[in-house]
Amino acid sequence: MTTTDRKYQYREALREAMIEEMHRDERVFLMGEEVAYYNGAYKVSQGMLDTFGPRRVIDTPISETGFSGLGIGAAMYGLRPIIEFMSWSFCLVAADQIINNAPKMLYMSGGQFGVPIVFRGNNGAGGQLGSTHSWCVESLWAHVPGLKMALPATPRDAKGLLKTAIRDPDPVFFLESERILGIGAHGDKDFSRYLHGKWAPPEVDEDSDENEDFLVPFGQADIVKSGADCTIVTAGRPLHFALEAAEQLEKEDIDCEVIDLRTYRPLDLQTVLQSVRKTNYCVVVDQSWPFASVAAEVAMQVYEHAMDDLDNKVIRVNSDDVPAPYNRRLEQEMLPNTRKIIEAVRTVTYNT
Amino acid sequence: MTTATGKKSSSSSQPRDGGRPSDQLDDQRLLELLYDMMLIRRFEERTMQSYMQQKIGGFCHIYTGQEAVAVGSIAALRPDDPVITAYRDHGHALARGMHPRYCMAEMFGKITGCAKGKGGSMHMFDRPNEMYGGHAIVGGQCPLGVGIAFAIQYQKLDRVCLCYLGDGALNQGAFHEAMNLAAIWKLPIVFALENNMYSMGTHIERGTSAAHDLSVKAAAYDMRYAECDGMDMCEVYDCFVDQVARTRPDEGDPDNSEGPVLINVVTYRYQGHSMSDPQKYRTREEVGEKQNEDPITTLSRQLMDQQRATQEQLNELDAEAKKAVLEAVKFAGDSPEPELDELYTDVYLEPYPPYRKGDLPQMVEEAEDRARDGDGRQKQD
Ligand SMILES: Cc1ncc(C[n+]2csc(CCOP(=O)(O)OP(=O)(O)O)c2C)c(N)n1
Ligand SMILES: [Mg+2]
Repeated sequence: MTTTDRKYQYREALREAMIEEMHRDERVFLMGEEVAYYNGAYKVSQGMLDTFGPRRVIDTPISETGFSGLGIGAAMYGLRPIIEFMSWSFCLVAADQIINNAPKMLYMSGGQFGVPIVFRGNNGAGGQLGSTHSWCVESLWAHVPGLKMALPATPRDAKGLLKTAIRDPDPVFFLESERILGIGAHGDKDFSRYLHGKWAPPEVDEDSDENEDFLVPFGQADIVKSGADCTIVTAGRPLHFALEAAEQLEKEDIDCEVIDLRTYRPLDLQTVLQSVRKTNYCVVVDQSWPFASVAAEVAMQVYEHAMDDLDNKVIRVNSDDVPAPYNRRLEQEMLPNTRKIIEAVRTVTYNT
Repeated sequence: MTTATGKKSSSSSQPRDGGRPSDQLDDQRLLELLYDMMLIRRFEERTMQSYMQQKIGGFCHIYTGQEAVAVGSIAALRPDDPVITAYRDHGHALARGMHPRYCMAEMFGKITGCAKGKGGSMHMFDRPNEMYGGHAIVGGQCPLGVGIAFAIQYQKLDRVCLCYLGDGALNQGAFHEAMNLAAIWKLPIVFALENNMYSMGTHIERGTSAAHDLSVKAAAYDMRYAECDGMDMCEVYDCFVDQVARTRPDEGDPDNSEGPVLINVVTYRYQGHSMSDPQKYRTREEVGEKQNEDPITTLSRQLMDQQRATQEQLNELDAEAKKAVLEAVKFAGDSPEPELDELYTDVYLEPYPPYRKGDLPQMVEEAEDRARDGDGRQKQD
């Protein structure tokens, strides 16, 4: 397998992962709104109807409760559904199915019925979509035991993690970001300095079976940038903000270590702890609200296991604790943006 | 009459016999309604332009083609009847009397917008005009509409809630639960199905059972059903006047109502689903064919055929609509952005730190001032 820095989009990665796994396993199918004839509301599933036909790439009406529950039932009965939410914001109307049924079935049945399903779609502010359409569901759903949660920040991880998710025997909540679907297409900022060799997955060789082997395991964080002065822990879209912050902080001689958790469940705490033991400072960045958030959980676990290694409190950077506004400036301000991360790092390292 | 998929049957071209509610509308009123449709049309043209110029962001859904639905149905209401709809809501807001400047300013994200720039295109709220929003989750407004109707019944008022939904919402659980609740409690609600045949790229025949006969959806809930041609304002008006009257309870006697109704209003959207829709699921010919049934042209022609208006008058009206919209765009452009600390207002009515109490939108304050001066709820322009 070769590793390249070729131009490569996040949406291509998702598509490639699904296509490969559908070729590999007849039980895998894709279902969701506009995934087939429309080629995907965000063009993630472009061409997949042509490749697999309407038996395996299936358009649904706007019936989230119905088709996500259908997926769970089908998974209990031996299939491996990929259920696309046009946006994770729309999973809320199907909450009972996805958090009551999927993650608890195995437990309720005393280990008899697993639910090998992937729920995937855009998560987080898509750009002025207002408060009902800008949900960051990570903290909401990571609360629930029995599900796994991945949130890739690069095309490479998107592909590797999605393939792992599809093969995983448990329900996986796969959180993508509309804002990064298309970056890396034509010279957009892709932080190749830090992501050298990490942007694109290995090139697909049509004549080889090795393609199948590109998997990114769950529960393994990635040290995207190593550094000595302060640990920034994040995942998903905010990784891009964190890298931008790290780049600017370097000019101030603050050398950040940026850790991409990649999955929240399971959570790779060891990598975080090792880093904190080295840097003695920690900032956690998470795009959901601060109250009872993943960031709060990570910070708490750092306190529980590395209190003595910290030279200051842990600082969380979240979205502001308010519904998402429509106005562009307000929305930018609300997000865990680069400025907020820089300020947090300066504060925590006593560089104010 | 039309069938559920919009093929016209011959009856809709029958001559008017003078016995319909729209025959009772005087020239002035008809011209007002035509103006409202022209205003929406011109407004949406500028909305699209402003979106292209990136003055408007987010999801933006254009109402052109469907003007007769909002205008004809709202004309059949009293000013104190509440209205609620989905996200394709600019037309309803304007038809309900929201001044175009507050509607446009909202989409520009300005503090002068109807929701102070916090809601955007999909969330047109106008308390003084009894508009309970613009709602962005498909079907989500249906239970809310039922709740408004419940409150009407509870307070023994003689009002009717008008709740719009798209054909896509027919497949959402919230719609079905709302229908059942409305039916078992005989709530005063009119469900206006704006059947433009598509939910995004999905034709109704592909996503909805019994698309050829939607009356069965109402029958399943033991509810009244009606349908009308949404491309003809007078037909919409006639149908809604009749149905609203049957649903309207007496003041103090909520039982004296024929209960809820589902009205299938067959219409068509000219533009893509939102501003980013390549529309590969339908042909240019199909769109062109529908544009031949244009609701504004239809009403204009009816008025001229009946010698109730001259071409000149109509041109003047249209020029007036254009002018109003230009003024709205200018107002929106000139208005200030909300301050950053507006993030923390309007989260609670009794805020605790770090939240703060917000001011009401300029639109509401002005309306309340006018109400104090004795001419509240009056439509401007
Ligand atoms: C629960 C939910 N699922 C998906 C969406 C995304 N979505 C927005 S509008 C729409 C199509 C709705 O079509 P229809 O109800 O016919 O209304 P129209 O756009 O034709 O006015 C979809 C799928 C949403 N907003 N809410
Ligand atoms: Mg529709």
